[in-house]
Amino acid sequence: MAADMDASSVLDVRNLAVSFRTDRGEVPAVHDVSFTVKPGETLALVGESGSGKSVTSLAVMRLTPPAPQASLTGSILFRGRDGQVRDLATLAEHEMQAMRGNEISMIFQEPMTSLNPVHRIGDQIAEAVRYHRKVDRQAALDRAEELLVLVGIPEPRKRLKSYPHHLSGGMRQRVMIAMALACDPSVLIADEPTTALDVTVQAQILELLKELQERTGMAVVFITHNLGVVAEIADRVMVMYAGRIVERGGVVPLLKHPLMPYTHGLLRSVPRLELAAFGQAKLEAIRGNVPDPTRMPQGCSFHPRCDHAELGRCDRTIPILEEAEADHLVRCHRWRAIASVEA
Amino acid sequence: MTIAMDDQHGPILDVQKLSKTYSVGGGLFGRSRQSVRAIDDVSFQIRRGEVLGLVGESGSGKSTLGRTVLQLTEPTSGSVLFNGVDLTRLNRRQLKPLRPKMQLIFQDPFASLNPRMTVGRILGAPFQIQKLRLSRAERDERVVAALGAVGLTEHHLDRYPHEFSGGQRQRIGIARSLVMEPEFLVADEPVSALDVSIQAQIVNLLLEIKRKLDLTILFITHDLAVVGHISDRVAVMYLGRIVELADTRAVFSAPRHPYTEALFSAIPTLDPTVKRNRILLKGDIPSPLDPPSGCAFRTRCRYALPACAEAVPPLREVGQGHLSACIREDLNLAAPLAA
Amino acid sequence: MMVKAVDYLEEDPVLTVVKQPRSANRAWQRFRRHRLAMFGVFMIVLLVLATAVGPHLIPFDDLFIDIRNRFAPPLSGAHVLGTDPLGRDLAARLLMAGRISLTVGFAAMVISTIIGTVIGVVAGFYGRIVGTILMRFVDAILCFPTIFLVLALAALIKPSVVTITLIIAATGWMEVARVVESQIRTLRERDFATAALMMGASDRYIMFRELIPNAIGPIVVAATLCIARAILMEAYVSFLGYGIQPPAASWGNMLNNAQQYLGSAPWLAIFPGLMITLAVTSFNFIGDGLRDALDARLDVS
Ligand SMILES: Nc1ncnc2c1ncn2[C@@H]1O[C@H](COP(=O)(O)OP(=O)(O)OP(=O)(O)O)[C@@H](O)[C@H]1O
Ligand SMILES: Nc1ncnc2c1ncn2[C@@H]1O[C@H](COP(=O)(O)OP(=O)(O)OP(=O)(O)O)[C@@H](O)[C@H]1O
Ligand code: SF4
Ligand SMILES: [Mg+2]
Ligand SMILES: [Mg+2]
Repeated sequence: MAADMDASSVLDVRNLAVSFRTDRGEVPAVHDVSFTVKPGETLALVGESGSGKSVTSLAVMRLTPPAPQASLTGSILFRGRDGQVRDLATLAEHEMQAMRGNEISMIFQEPMTSLNPVHRIGDQIAEAVRYHRKVDRQAALDRAEELLVLVGIPEPRKRLKSYPHHLSGGMRQRVMIAMALACDPSVLIADEPTTALDVTVQAQILELLKELQERTGMAVVFITHNLGVVAEIADRVMVMYAGRIVERGGVVPLLKHPLMPYTHGLLRSVPRLELAAFGQAKLEAIRGNVPDPTRMPQGCSFHPRCDHAELGRCDRTIPILEEAEADHLVRCHRWRAIASVEA
Repeated sequence: MTIAMDDQHGPILDVQKLSKTYSVGGGLFGRSRQSVRAIDDVSFQIRRGEVLGLVGESGSGKSTLGRTVLQLTEPTSGSVLFNGVDLTRLNRRQLKPLRPKMQLIFQDPFASLNPRMTVGRILGAPFQIQKLRLSRAERDERVVAALGAVGLTEHHLDRYPHEFSGGQRQRIGIARSLVMEPEFLVADEPVSALDVSIQAQIVNLLLEIKRKLDLTILFITHDLAVVGHISDRVAVMYLGRIVELADTRAVFSAPRHPYTEALFSAIPTLDPTVKRNRILLKGDIPSPLDPPSGCAFRTRCRYALPACAEAVPPLREVGQGHLSACIREDLNLAAPLAA
Repeated sequence: MMVKAVDYLEEDPVLTVVKQPRSANRAWQRFRRHRLAMFGVFMIVLLVLATAVGPHLIPFDDLFIDIRNRFAPPLSGAHVLGTDPLGRDLAARLLMAGRISLTVGFAAMVISTIIGTVIGVVAGFYGRIVGTILMRFVDAILCFPTIFLVLALAALIKPSVVTITLIIAATGWMEVARVVESQIRTLRERDFATAALMMGASDRYIMFRELIPNAIGPIVVAATLCIARAILMEAYVSFLGYGIQPPAASWGNMLNNAQQYLGSAPWLAIFPGLMITLAVTSFNFIGDGLRDALDARLDVS
């Protein structure tokens, strides 16, 4: 069953759905999410807060809460280093532990919370190495130093002895990346790794990730809400809204000719340097608010905010994710009509 | 009468040589305490009806400057003249009647509203605190007017903050700052915590009420693109000092400080087909506990000369109304806009 | 536009608000699911009702001396729980004693909560020197064994219901002060406190109108535990003879009287002891339940 995975990809997620059980009832966080990632490729996952980006990535790592609190369905096919395809969704926990941080790694937005404040960073990286590789302490520390060089930390030997709070935010994020790369993963999931950083440091980290990817050929799933960062780093893009993929495609067609009204609106609402109006021209905002996950609108979840919504259709049935062009999918009832008007 | 006329044209806010030093670390008895110059010798003016954008990376002292201007933090030295009155010389009681004229909009829409109060009470609190002699009807009218200005209605008065989304809460916070009919607003990263689509709504809203109510705004943000949309002039801060201050158009078309150039260059563009030549700054912002000598930016600046380490370059006029704190005059810096 | 794009929403989506249950409702639901706490509430309601109306239903006055029925064991005659060495009805005495014990506990709690809240608020709000001094003072009192303090005070002052209450209150506010101080210390950094400052609000306004309402949960929990402690303390002091003085009964001095007859009339000790345990554990259960129910972190997700 797992063997029919597309030969060219490392990760193939199909019909992933996650829902949480809470005080206020069942919260469906992610539905019907499918995507593939090829080696050496960067897939960007964009969406506003609560759209399900983090849940999707945690689900791929099998880090969503266990069964009664959360349910996870669908399949997560992953091609291991040994060439074997496994479904991470059904893997036993101990098998999953052998994968995590080894063949597939993750970095987070706030590097401080993911690093242990009471241990030296050298020890923490060495620990990550030794968790998956049978090497002695000294070899692990040597590897740690090598990794610090890789992520561009100056004076790596000295830095091995630093504690996390001695490092700046950008340096901590580099350490996190070093830890994630400790075992040469074939997939790196980065959940808003630059959101907490300043723009000048963000530029450094993006550059570093691009460079590392070129060197190692790993696939990157890059989560962000910043469309500028998407344009900078992604090969392909997946836009999420209210837990669903609403548009997916190559970065150029998607950002240059978006088909879904939401993507379109999002692009127009971003203030741009080149269009700086000086003295105040209105931005084109999307009206309304992001829907509450417990009270999802019927039909297309974007319809209450959409200028193109059609009564009787958009508010009734959920549009399917259909292929508009080769490798460009859109979830909208009216994309044809909208595209013809815009043309 | 002539004074009133003058008032119309003079700056509403005149900040002179403002500094704030925090001492940090060390124990209760002051051993090994270090000092952080959160803002250092900052001077600028804001004209009535103007929006001055204040940009800089985290830790550059933007919030401290905003709070010191409003006298929420006591400055170490310098003065803040608001409508000609030096606020730093007033005590709390003397400041109280001036409070309604200047207000603050916060970054975090979740922490800025008291979770135990209804929207009605939140908006009514200023009247209660200021003990204004207004009839109930007048008061309600002003509350409803403020709500209306931010796109909410009186139906929301008996709701609690947790029932609103982030963007709606930000609207409530703005309404609260408007009920006392202020002249001057400090907006400290008012859109940074919001989703992109909501950000645009709030930027538009601020512009609209600014125009309608003839407000003066000090708009603090780390996002240069937002600043380009909203401000008349821009001040760029680095490690507690203003390094460049000019009309927005001048900054965007002909920046004169290398840091401004680097900031522009670091912002990703939305066009995936354009591959720009990035200026990548080396390293991070130096620790404010131990700033470099001379120009604080020199450790990351690609144009730095040995002379940059010698003295702190003063903020001086390099063009009409264009101030920059860089000793090099020979630079031709890249800009996002053609001049 | 060519296609008919309908904006059919009657209400502007900017304005729509999700009506959500008040967090108080959710806290109540969580509290109700807490079995022990609900048991505690049930027992306390029962105790309060019994001590309030019970004495009117029992055919004997608590001070009436039935000289022919001294040392009557429970269920042996007209006296359901038996009688004491003077032939007074034990049930009547137990309920009258309950009135006093519960009242002392409740009143002491009210007073210590007020003292603790005020000191905690001031310490937390002003922080730095004032806060440090106040909280060191609190720690110093906490280090001192309270029972000695109470006994020393009780020995100095002529014991009566009022003085005992005051003494217990005076030694019981520190826990509340600690809780309030830590709450206020974090709350005063929140932006809404700054917003009030921006309006020109006085410190008193900010402390009592803006901050305290946000610390109510932990205060209620501390207060509940405070009653339990006060009841126990009163029993202790009265048991040692420095508390409520005969002929007025409290559970503590009933235990005191029962001491010499432990072998011959054990029921004299068992019933008051049971009442104390019941009241104290019930309040503790309620406190635990409230703590879990009011835990604000559960409301975030
Ligand atoms: N442990 C959980 N229990 C209940 N609901 C959850 C849990 N984790 C996430 N959710 C819900 O799932 C939805 C998607 O959350 P998710 O964290 O994936 O959003 P996101 O796209 O990563 O947003 P952000 O940009 O804010 O990080 C949200 O509505 C959230 O409230
Ligand atoms: N209460 C304080 N005590 C000690 N140091 C402080 C205090 N407040 C601010 N600082 C320091 O002053 C400097 C300026 O901080 P400030 O918050 O003004 O920066 P900012 O530009 O607003 O940054 P951000 O973008 O992160 O909000 C920082 O180095 C900060 O650590
Ligand atoms: S399906 Fe309808 S409501 Fe949804 S985006 Fe398309 S046009 Fe708008
Ligand atoms: Mg997330
Ligand atoms: Mg700030």
